[in-house]
Amino acid sequence: MESKMAYENDLNLKATELRLGLPGTDECEDQALSGTVGNKKRPMPEKSEERESKDAETAPPAKAQIVGWPPVRSYRKNSLQQKKPEAEIAGMYVKVSMDGAPYLRKIDMRVYKGYPELLKALEDMFKFTVGEYSEREGYKGSEYVPTYEDKDGDWMLVGDVPWDMFMSSCKKLRIMKGSEARGLGCGA
Amino acid sequence: MNYFPDEVLEQVFDFVTSHRDRNSLSLVCKSWYKLERFSRLKVFIGNCYAISPERTIDRFPGLKSLTLKGKPHFADFNLVPYDWGGYVYPWIQALARNRIGLEELRLKRMVVSDESLELLSRAFENFKSLVLDNCEGFTTGGLAAIAANCRSLRELDLQENEIDDGQWLSCFPESCTSLVSLNFACLKGEINLASLERLVARSPNLKLLRVSRAVPLDTLHNILSRAPQLVDLGIGSYVQDPDSEAFNKLKATILKCKSVKSLSGFLDVAPQCLEAIYPICSNLTSLNLSYAPGIHGLELIKLLRHCTKLQRLWVLDCIGDKGLEVVASTCKELQELRVFPSDLNGVGHAAVTEEGLVAISIGCPKLHSLLYFCQQMTNAALITVAKNCPNFIRFRLCILNPTKPDHVTAQPLDEGFGAVVHACKKLRRLSLSGLLTDRVFLYIGMYAEQLEMLSIAFAGDSDKGMLYVLNGCKKLRKLEIRDCPFGNMALLEDVGKYETMRSLWMSSCEVTLGGCKTIAKKKPMLNVEIINENDQDFCLDDEQRVEKMYLYRTLVGRRDDAPDCVWTLDAS
Repeated sequence: MESKMAYENDLNLKATELRLGLPGTDECEDQALSGTVGNKKRPMPEKSEERESKDAETAPPAKAQIVGWPPVRSYRKNSLQQKKPEAEIAGMYVKVSMDGAPYLRKIDMRVYKGYPELLKALEDMFKFTVGEYSEREGYKGSEYVPTYEDKDGDWMLVGDVPWDMFMSSCKKLRIMKGSEARGLGCGA
Repeated sequence: MNYFPDEVLEQVFDFVTSHRDRNSLSLVCKSWYKLERFSRLKVFIGNCYAISPERTIDRFPGLKSLTLKGKPHFADFNLVPYDWGGYVYPWIQALARNRIGLEELRLKRMVVSDESLELLSRAFENFKSLVLDNCEGFTTGGLAAIAANCRSLRELDLQENEIDDGQWLSCFPESCTSLVSLNFACLKGEINLASLERLVARSPNLKLLRVSRAVPLDTLHNILSRAPQLVDLGIGSYVQDPDSEAFNKLKATILKCKSVKSLSGFLDVAPQCLEAIYPICSNLTSLNLSYAPGIHGLELIKLLRHCTKLQRLWVLDCIGDKGLEVVASTCKELQELRVFPSDLNGVGHAAVTEEGLVAISIGCPKLHSLLYFCQQMTNAALITVAKNCPNFIRFRLCILNPTKPDHVTAQPLDEGFGAVVHACKKLRRLSLSGLLTDRVFLYIGMYAEQLEMLSIAFAGDSDKGMLYVLNGCKKLRKLEIRDCPFGNMALLEDVGKYETMRSLWMSSCEVTLGGCKTIAKKKPMLNVEIINENDQDFCLDDEQRVEKMYLYRTLVGRRDDAPDCVWTLDAS
């Protein structure tokens, strides 16, 4: 029994629609709907409820529901899922203290894409402004200087190293104020 | 035909190593058959159920190396039940029983029990080399036996297996100094780092070492100091503070590794540390970054710019079209490219399109092997690629949406793939995707004269498609089809064809039980397996569509280790 693609006759919508059935068929009887996407060592018994709830005529289902597509080895699929870049930076909440403030705050570093965003957020949170950053002189034009404690326990000026490196080495933030801050090269 | 004495012929045969050529030798005449069989050292069996261990040993009693493949290819994509088969134990048992001097065992998609490994480790005095590619069934226990008992072990290659425990790594005795090649990159879980360092220290012949994620940069440094002669290096965790003393030491040590030609791994990576390997990049002929999603964007491009001698590159699609353009302008010797998808779940913002592929085809005319996962493709691009790279041997294109047409013209991709098979006269392997009609199969049947393996999914309109292929591709050995409207008419037109092939897989097509039974009856030299994983009783009606059929030629009839969900149809 031949089934013809209807694409030649209509607007091609059917052709681009992602479906689980055979091209040209209308009913959905594909066993691909059973939950066999997963560990090949454990067979997953088909549930008839799953099949009944699927309908090829409704919106195209997500790719993940086609068993074995895209054709990538399970080993590779499993490793990629473990290693999403976000997962590499675990627990990105760091404490932020400001000299003179009664209590500390915590921020999620992952939310920021770079120094400008981070500094703006700190400014908003603590109601201050940082000066202008230059490699030679640090932050000029403000009493406040953003610093951080790195993996070695040293207090560093925020902004010296590339963002990625900063993200992976920053343990906590401290906004230094006044005379203490001058030690890091802040102009009066 | 005895113009030469046997001793002379044997010497000549020694130069013939490929199994296909040796098979040809054996067909010339009876005396050559006899001579060839006793002198064959390496035996390749592409389907472990095509022949029995006993008959293999009987014909090739002098074999030293055995390669076996088990499950059908689509098992890689969860389409085959886990207990389908492919057990290596009977083979090892038979080899041991017949006191075969086995030195090398290479297995792919087989089930390898700890018991098998234990027997393997004790039964063959000169056992040197074990390669397990995408196998399962073994644990640290079996590997420990191999490590502990194989006194002249040279190679242990664990490629993409799920292994949870690294204790076996500590089981190599102090007396083991023969290792040349060790690959355990796939290992999950912890290992004893000191043990690994000592192992490397006492392995002066070590040329290939691929470590797992559990091996940090400090250990890597120690290993590289001991083994600067490495030719193939797989890095586990590559995370370090670039300002630290440890990193400086690593940089200096890497400079001494002038022999490294192949680099892989970076399973965890701090991109700012990559500069340490730039000095060796210009020596690399092979680079596999397909497990390193942490290397992308500018860092990836910077790295690739150093790799001017690259012949093989495996990357993730986060390389982007821009990244591929850099590859095209840098890697003029490129022969093999694989671009894997990094986003498997969502709709994906896969960063490679037809543009990246076209750029590669322009810059890398020596390209002959391609695996390309992309979001979209056009006929124009494929036609251009075919024109620029007529030397393709393997061409596998996977469009993530399997029925997507040419995204510019909305036409099927028939013309594009047609151009590929027309221009690439040496094409041996082809995987299709995208919107495809019967026409593409017409082209394949007409032009793909050397084609040996074809993978089809969600393609075609009618039985004609499959018939074009079966009638046209004289050298076809493996055909695997899923979700296509091919039925009994195509299946049954020429059942003799399947005896010239290794195997045929059809799933979610239109073939019926009756059609499959017909083949089984007509061709007793074929095993026709029906795989039925439903809980419901399999309806015995001949009109019933068969969900999964796998048929393969065999000299030994129905196998006796099939699970309940696999039913081999009767030959009588």
